[in-house]
This record gives sequence, C-alpha cells and structure tokens, in this order.
Amino acid sequence: MNDSPAVLILRTAGTNCEKETAAALSAAGAAPRVMHLHAFKKDPSLSRYQMICFPGGFSYGDDLGAGKIFSLELMLWFRRELERFIQNGRLVLGICNGFQILANTGILPDADFRQKFTLAENKSARFEDRWVHLTCPAEAAGREIWCRGMPRVIDLPVAHGEGRVYADGPVTERLRERGQILFHYCDRNGSSAAYPLNPNGSLAAVAGITDPSGRILGLMPHPERGAFAHHYPGWQNEPKIPWGMQLFRNAVQYLQQVNCT
Amino acid sequence: MIWRIDVFSKENGSSADISAQIRDMGVGGNPRAALRKVYFLETDASREDIARVAEEVLINPILERGEITSGMVRADHGAGELLVMYNPGVCDPTALSLDRALKDMEIPVSAVRTARHYRLEGLSPEAVALCAPRLFYNPLIEHVVDPAAAERVVSLNEFQGQQYRFQRRTVPLAAADRDALRAVSEQGCLSLSTEEMEIIQEYFRALKRDPTDCELETIAVLWSEHCAHKTFRGLIEYRERHADGTEHKEEIRNLLKSTIMRATREIDSPGCVSVFEDNSGIVKFDEHSHVCCKVETHNHPSSLEPYGGASTGIGGVIRDILGTGRGARPFANLDVFCFSPWDTGYEELPPGILHPKRIIQGVVRGVRDYGNRMGIPTIAGAVIFERRFLGNPLVFCGTLGIMPAQRAFKEVREGDLVVVCGARTGRDGIHGATFSSQELDESTVNLTSAVQIGNPIEEKKLTEAVLRSADRDLFHAITDCGAGGLSSAVSELAGEHGVVVDLDKVPLKYTGLSYTEIWISESQERMVLFCTEQNRPALEEIFAEEDVEFTVIGRVTADHTLRLRYARETVAELDMEFLFTLPRITKQAQWEPVAQTRHSFAERAVYTGELLDLLAAPNVAPKDWIIRQYDHEVQGGSVGKPFGGIEHPVIADASVVRPDLASDRAVAVGIGLCPWYSDIDPYWMAAAAIDEALRNLVAAGASIETAYLLDNFSWGSPDDPKLLGGLVRACRGCADFSTYFRVPFVSGKDSLYNEYLIDDRRIAVPGTLLVTAFSVLEHWNQTRSAELKASGNLLYIVGETRAELGGSEYARQQGQAGGVVPKVDRRTAKQNMEAVIRMMRRGTAVSCHDLSEGGLAVAAAEMCTSSQFGLRGFLAELPRDDSLSDGELLFSESPSRFLLEVPPQRKTEAERELKGISHAVFGCVSPDREFRVFGQNGNEVIGVTNERLRQAWYGTFKEFRYRQETAEAR
Repeated sequence: MNDSPAVLILRTAGTNCEKETAAALSAAGAAPRVMHLHAFKKDPSLSRYQMICFPGGFSYGDDLGAGKIFSLELMLWFRRELERFIQNGRLVLGICNGFQILANTGILPDADFRQKFTLAENKSARFEDRWVHLTCPAEAAGREIWCRGMPRVIDLPVAHGEGRVYADGPVTERLRERGQILFHYCDRNGSSAAYPLNPNGSLAAVAGITDPSGRILGLMPHPERGAFAHHYPGWQNEPKIPWGMQLFRNAVQYLQQVNCT
Repeated sequence: MIWRIDVFSKENGSSADISAQIRDMGVGGNPRAALRKVYFLETDASREDIARVAEEVLINPILERGEITSGMVRADHGAGELLVMYNPGVCDPTALSLDRALKDMEIPVSAVRTARHYRLEGLSPEAVALCAPRLFYNPLIEHVVDPAAAERVVSLNEFQGQQYRFQRRTVPLAAADRDALRAVSEQGCLSLSTEEMEIIQEYFRALKRDPTDCELETIAVLWSEHCAHKTFRGLIEYRERHADGTEHKEEIRNLLKSTIMRATREIDSPGCVSVFEDNSGIVKFDEHSHVCCKVETHNHPSSLEPYGGASTGIGGVIRDILGTGRGARPFANLDVFCFSPWDTGYEELPPGILHPKRIIQGVVRGVRDYGNRMGIPTIAGAVIFERRFLGNPLVFCGTLGIMPAQRAFKEVREGDLVVVCGARTGRDGIHGATFSSQELDESTVNLTSAVQIGNPIEEKKLTEAVLRSADRDLFHAITDCGAGGLSSAVSELAGEHGVVVDLDKVPLKYTGLSYTEIWISESQERMVLFCTEQNRPALEEIFAEEDVEFTVIGRVTADHTLRLRYARETVAELDMEFLFTLPRITKQAQWEPVAQTRHSFAERAVYTGELLDLLAAPNVAPKDWIIRQYDHEVQGGSVGKPFGGIEHPVIADASVVRPDLASDRAVAVGIGLCPWYSDIDPYWMAAAAIDEALRNLVAAGASIETAYLLDNFSWGSPDDPKLLGGLVRACRGCADFSTYFRVPFVSGKDSLYNEYLIDDRRIAVPGTLLVTAFSVLEHWNQTRSAELKASGNLLYIVGETRAELGGSEYARQQGQAGGVVPKVDRRTAKQNMEAVIRMMRRGTAVSCHDLSEGGLAVAAAEMCTSSQFGLRGFLAELPRDDSLSDGELLFSESPSRFLLEVPPQRKTEAERELKGISHAVFGCVSPDREFRVFGQNGNEVIGVTNERLRQAWYGTFKEFRYRQETAEAR
C-alpha cells in the first residue's frame, strides 16, 4: 500500500525552489512530482494529486510584478481544473512566489478567483533574506492542518523583495475575523514587532494566510529552508527542531487521514 | 499603431529614495521626483485588447492604475519630465517577458518596448542636466527620449537594426608598413601590438591574400590578453635586487606554468580531477560526484555600468560552471568587491567616473538581481575600500558547481553538430575581450558597445535545459560564450579538429548585424554545445519545453581549419595551429625590495578608542546590508551562513553549504584578500592571502587536507617592469605556500591593466590577489561557528604574535605606511591549522575565529559582540617572538593565528592537543557582557561594554541599512 500523498510541484521559467521543496516533502513522507507548466499543459489532469505546491522563485523573472505571468497562464489555461481540485478538498500550498501567485489569481483569500490583496514591494524597497519569528493565532482556521504540535513561536527564513501584505479597505480585519491569518511576524515572545522582525512592513504583520477552510495556504517564509537541523542559524549552539519540516509532515498526515475516512 | 500604457502608483506620488539621491548630489531646495513605468506596444490589436493587457498583465490593481494613450509622447508631456529608454540593441528583459505574456494571450504585436518616466519638481534645468545622467539613466545603455523627435516615430522597430546587405570585406595588409599596421589595429579596436600585426601580415603574405575583417577580428580575440594571458604565458626577463645590493637575473618562460601550475603538479593531490584545463577546476566531492569552482574578474565594465557589469559578471561565471566538463550544476556564488571609500567627494571624481556610492549600490543590485533570479545562493564575499580603486574598482564573481563524476571531461568528434543555444545574438559587448586588455581613460567612456545587460531569466531557462540534457547524456562537449562570443567558444572547443560554421544560421535579436559582428558579439546567456545528429531530436524537445532556442550552426571537421561562411560564401578560413600559436612576447620585470622597518607607534595606556575605531572601519564593519540582499539560502543546503543571527548580527569566517541534499557532505568557502601588504612585498601578500583563506576554512571546521585554491590577480600594467616584478613575486608566493600547505591551486584568472589616467598621471590599483579556498567536509555537522558559546569557557590563542603591522588596519588607521609585512611562518603555520581542526573535531574547542584585519583585539571583540556574553583577556602570556608593546600585541596581523573557545573541563585535553604549538590561555568568557583586556603590566588596556562594541561595529553602514521608525500595529 502506498500512502504517500501525491504532490504536484508546478514550475516554470524562473521557479527556483522546486528541488528543495520536493526534498523536504519527500522527507516528510509525501510523493512529490516536479512538473514544468508546459509539460502539465499537455495533460492538465489534477485528479491523481492530493496537493499542489507553487514553490518559490522568480517566475518569468517577475519583471512585470511578482508571479504575474505565471498567474496569467494559470487563469488562461487551468482555471477549471484548479476550481475542481479546490472543491474536492485537496491542499494547496504557495510559498513566497507561490503565495504571490495565489494572491494574484484570487485563489487566496477566498478561492473565488478575485484578487483582494497583493504582496507589495517591501517597505525597505529591497530584497531581504533573514530569519524571522512567527506565531500562529489560536483561532486560525488552518491551525489543525498545518501547525499541529508547534510551539507558540517558531522560526523560519524569509527571502523576498515583494512580501508586504497590502489591501485597500478592511481586508485584514475580515481575514482575522474569519481565522484566515495563519502566521504573524512577531518577536521571540510572540508579541508584535517592528522591522526587521516584520521584514516587509506587512499589514497586521501578516506572514501567511489561508482560505476560510484552512486548506489553501500561502506564506512568505520558506518552510523548506527550515526543514533540516543545519538550516537554523546558530544550530551549533543549541539544537533546534526544524519547524518547516513539521509543517510539511502535518500536511502529509492530514492528507493521509482524509484518505482513510 | 503604437500604444502607450503609463502605470501610476496609487500609494505615493514621489519617491523618497530618488529625492534623497538628488540631495546627495549637492542640489539644494526641496527636489522631488516621481517615477512611473511606461510600456509601448506596436500592434493592430484593438483598444479593448490593450486594456485587457494593461489590466491582466501590466497593472497591479491593488496598487496601481493605468492610462492608455496612442503614440510615443503623451499630450501632457511637459518640462521637467524625462522619458528614459534603452539604447537600440540593449537587452530589455521586461519587454521580453511582456512579449511572452502577449503570446499567451494570443495578442499579436510587432514590437514591445519599456521606458521609465520621471517627473521632476523643484529642480532647475541646470540641476536636471547635472543629475539626470548620473541618477536617472546611464548614457551608456539608455537615453532620454526627445519628445519632438519621438512624435514623428511611427514604428518601434526604428529603434532596432537596419537591413544588412552582405558584402565580404578584406583588410589590405600586404603592403602595409608598421605605421599602417598600427593604424589598422587601433582603428579596429583590435588591441594587437605592431609586432603581432607583423606576424599576421606574414601569415597572409604566405597565403598570397589579404585577411577578411572577420579573420582579423578572430585573431585579435584569440590573441587578446583576456583569452590568451600573454603576460602569464609569455617570456619575462626578471631582475631582482637582493638586500645586499647584488642583483639576480633570470628568464622566466611562462610565469603561470613555472609557479602556480608547477606547485599543483608537485602536490599531485588525489582529489584533483581536472585543473587549469576546463572552464573551472574540478575536484572530487564524494565517490559519485565532483565539485568545480571558478572565480572571474569583471572590473572594466563594472566601473562604467555597475549594474550591467556586475550582472553580466555573475552571469558569465555561472555559465563557466555550466560549461565545465559536460555540464555542472551551480550551487553557490561568491562576490568580492574593491571600491574607493564611499565618502569620496564628488569633486575628487575624475571625468567619466561614477561615484563609488553609485558603483557600490549598482554592483550590489546587479549581483543581487541576477544571482537571486538564478536560484543560486550567494554565500561568500568580501568588500574592501581603498582610494586607489577610485578609477578602477574591482569586481570578482565566483561560482561553485557539482556534477556526476562521469561528466568531468568533454569529447569532441569529427562530424559533431555545432549548436548555439540560449539567447539570441545582438550587437552587445562587441570588443569586450580586447577592451578588457586596455587601460581606462576618458575615451573609454564612449566605447558603448562594450557594455551589456544581463537577462537572468534567459540564463535560468538555459541552465535547466542544459542540465536536463546533460543528465540524459545528450551532448558530449559544451562551453560558454564569454569574451569573444562564438569566436572564442567555437574555436577553442574545436581547436584540435577543425570546424565549419554558417554564420547566417545564428538566430539574431534584430537585423543589421554583419557576419563579423555575429561571430564576435558577446551577447549574454548563450552556450555552445556539440552533439550527434542522433541526439538532436531529444535535445530539441527538451529545449522547446524549457522555451530555449537551440540552433545547429555548423559541424566539426578534421581538417584543422576554422572555416566560416555567410550566404554560402567563405568569410574566414584560418589554420587552427596559427590561431592557437601565440606570439611569444617578452616583457621586462624588476623587483627591488622595500626596507622594512618596525613602526614606532605611540604607546598608550588605553586602547579602547582605537579598538572601537577599528571595529567601525569600513574594511572591518559587517556587510550584512549586502549579504541580506542576496538570497543565501536557496537550494536548501545552508549549513554555515555568511552572517548568522536572528536578532543580533553574528560574525562568520567561512560559509558552508550542502551542494547535494542526498549527501551529508558539505563544502566550505573562505576568502583571502590583503592588497595593502603588496605595497611592501607582493610575495608575502600572496602568502598571507593563502593563509587567510585557509584560516577561514579551518575556523569554520573544514580541514585543509581536502582544500583547494583559486587565484585571481588584478594588477596594473604588465608593461611597467616594477609592477610586473611585483606580479612575479606574488606568483612565487602562491607557488611556495601552496606547496608548503599542500593545498593545490585548481583554477585562476588574471586581469591586468587595472589603471586609470588622471591628468596624465597613471594610478594603478594596489597589486591585488584574491585567494578563494574551498574544502569538502565529510559531514555537515563538522561545521563550527565563531560566536562565544558559554560563560566560564576558556579562550585560547593559537599562534605566535610578532611585530608585524606593515599594511595592517591599525597602521593605516594611525596613518603609517611601510613597516614590517606579516609573514607566514613555514615552521608553524600548517601545524597550527591542523591542531585547531583536531580540537574542533574532537569537541575540545566549541568555537573558533581567525585573527585577521585588526588582529587579536578585533577578533576577540567580534566573537564577543556576536554573543550575549562578555570576555576577559590578558596580554601578558601571549606567545610572541620578541618584546612587543601592548598595542602591537593587540593589533598585529601576524598570520596563522586563531582564538579557540574551550570548556574548562576540556582544559587538560586542550593542553595535550596543543603540545608543541605556540599557544596560551588568552582569557575567558564572562557572563557580564563586558569586554575587558589587561595589558602586560596588569592594567586594563581595553574596557567597554558588549553593547558599545556592537554600536561601533554595526554603526558604520547604517545609511545603507533600512530603518523603520515604527512598526505596523498588529
């Protein structure tokens, strides 16, 4: 019996985190498959997968805005397949550039394919790679799927130039009310914090959000870069649990349970 | 017709960043500048279609709004507005991406262009004229659109090439005298000496014909300093005066072979697979894989167009790795810069030279945007500041790669297809190879075709296509198009066989290129590979899926002839042997030793101020503001980060990374660079640079037994006997200490003529040698870090301190030239390193930091301020060779020294393991966050809080860091 959930990792020109994301997913017990958008276009069937992952990178160079052309192609070619996949209760994970794609296409926040927020240029106006602290609110809808077994504060790295959650009007308030904020940037005690701990100036220090069901997750931090013991800065001082791996394991376990029932 | 879409930001009208830069230029008042993006589409599509493009592709609806107009110039274009566009032929990556989106949307367009629009307020016309070419555009690659002329433009293609009418051109040489030969070389920008021109004349006289322009250009490329390394491989008449006044004369045949390569051969390391042969040096990683490494210099273009220069620099060295063996996967980048201090006054700038601040920011952005988009972590680097780099900054870019062991060697066979793949060929960077062999002067600034812009996404696609093909073994030789473009790539790869190429098959970016331009163009993001007819369909399928062009342009022959055709006519026919037989040139070199007298520094009771100044010195202060802009964790292999810590900055010696997540092995990278020692003696500079690079490795936990070295020389003109004499000394230093440490050089690169003329005064850069060292760790968990670990631990110093402060950070701070140069002690250096590694592997030592710029005081302070602890140190017991003052003990830069943190319960073991090694307990880690050092008389010579150390160390570059006053409320 093969109970490794099948994960499709979609890549295109400029995607650059697909290999380590696949490595982390494999280590977490999934069966990932990396596929180029062009190859997928030849046979755009999602039925054999239980999860889709949009990995980090600079799709098409992000020359026209982060994830812009990747989003356009998804909407032009695969919108129907994606709708069906989401309705079937499968998982979707967008990391960094993948989060930007989920935002552009309107898959997040409400899976209605209408863009409601964006990931704008960092307040610092530059790309930054640094580790941050994250906290998951108790009321988060996706907590049981993605954050089981995690302490109040975990650490993961971010690496992006456009990661500032920004929206017109009270979008973040609504996200909070509906438990759609999965991760906030915070200090080491879980309290709100200024730059650099909020690395991009996100509204309400939002680092990751889900749809109301919690099954679609987009986040700027890179769980695949906090997946092995040596990823953590200062691992030589005290061993740390790589919480990025826990996030992938949680997803795998969730899919295995859904499968059983 | 031409549609124009202007994209306005909803968030804010003016850019604070640009306004600040204008004020920086010394422009008074309250200048403001607003920037917006502009797109031009030439198409028959309807306005509705254009609106759709704007909405779905060009505008972020949350942040932006767009306005669609027709024609190049908007009716409201007024004074104080600048529309900046790329010059014809300059690569425009955004336009290429937009073109791709339009194809997806099935909207046909005949041309796409992008522009930037500036609206300036509060600036006089004179201030605009001053600021515009310095801040808003670079005239080398961009121009401001003249609205009156642009209104008449009916097609965007007017900006591109004209039609090309083929005409075979020859250059009359047969009857030319020396003056005429020199004129041919100069007017053609060939950088060939008159003697070389005579050899060429001779060759064609024998053939009873004149060369074509293309033949002459091909010879110029292959004989250029850049491709042929004439100085390093030529004949040098070397004279060295000894201290006793006697002179030693000798003839050096091939400096490189007789020094650095000889050392490598003598060491005969079992780990070396292919050294000094391929595009990079290849060594063993484990039983399945090899790693390779190459570092390139990219000085000249970076001084003129920092962003484009740096991005093409990193792009080029990545292709070197991709083109090593039969294809290696790049897994780490490194970048090293030498600039003039950023507080250089604008009035000091020579004409045509950019301000160092602009060069620094441009170079960093160039590396960042290219490296990050390639998905290769930039893990190591260094930045140093020195006035002599003003007119000629140095930019070194390096890449490491990994490949399956069976892919280490290329094979070229008669009948192979010659393929060019990747980007199309344009007029980019023509004469780059010959250009980099010239000194810079004001006229250089007009050589616009030498500067190129990189397109990382093109290279990323190319990388994926090449590596997928390599994994299936579909080609058997590959190399990159670097300096000289196709001319050097194809000729070098097929040099031992012969080749015929149809230049009219090469895909072009635009029409109008002559056959010669096609052959020597240095358009970026292209590779050449050789494959069989049989593998062609499989290759074409992979390249199509990755959306990369793949074009067969010729075939390998067996006639030892380079034959080029255009429109079925032969435009070049050269004997390979002639092409690759370099004319031997003879150069004069002379070395006169500088008397080394010990500095007499003023003795002080307290050195706290000196230490704080050294920590704040730009060469010492942390460059986290650069490192954090680089993605240093992509690929998921990060083990030892270039700069650690979450909330506090943490120093690191070498970076460590796992190139292959299926293996526990890791690679550490260290850097040695100390050009100031060259002013005293380049021999010891080279020794110190090797020692420093190896110390970095050792401090991070990597052994020198599995280490390899790369050399990158950046020197002034080799036609100056004194400078060349210094270069000979440096090469000998490399050879002697490579042999001594038993660590071989596996690859290298030289860049000569790094000088600049100001008012007829020649300013050469200091003789600079960058040594890159890398080492393979058996397991990533052998990696160690430098910050203090626990209160109560002991701090050992390993290695002898001598009164060696010549060229040191402290001597320069005190304004003292000369002095005694730090020397690597052949009796102890290697033993010190071996002992340190042993102690870390056994767990006797829990952290380690090497002593370099600023000596013991700076190293101890860095360990302390990277931690939450304090430190007590005592100078009285330090091992030394002579009587030294407290200041000398604190700041001497004697090589081969380390600080080791040892838990008190391991003291006996530590003493046992350090038996026979110069060492002492320097002090201990304290819980109080105070840094105190006591002098030889027991008095406190440094006393300061950890916090104050951090302020000094971390404060220097605050203007380059982003600071946010208030957090967004949760």
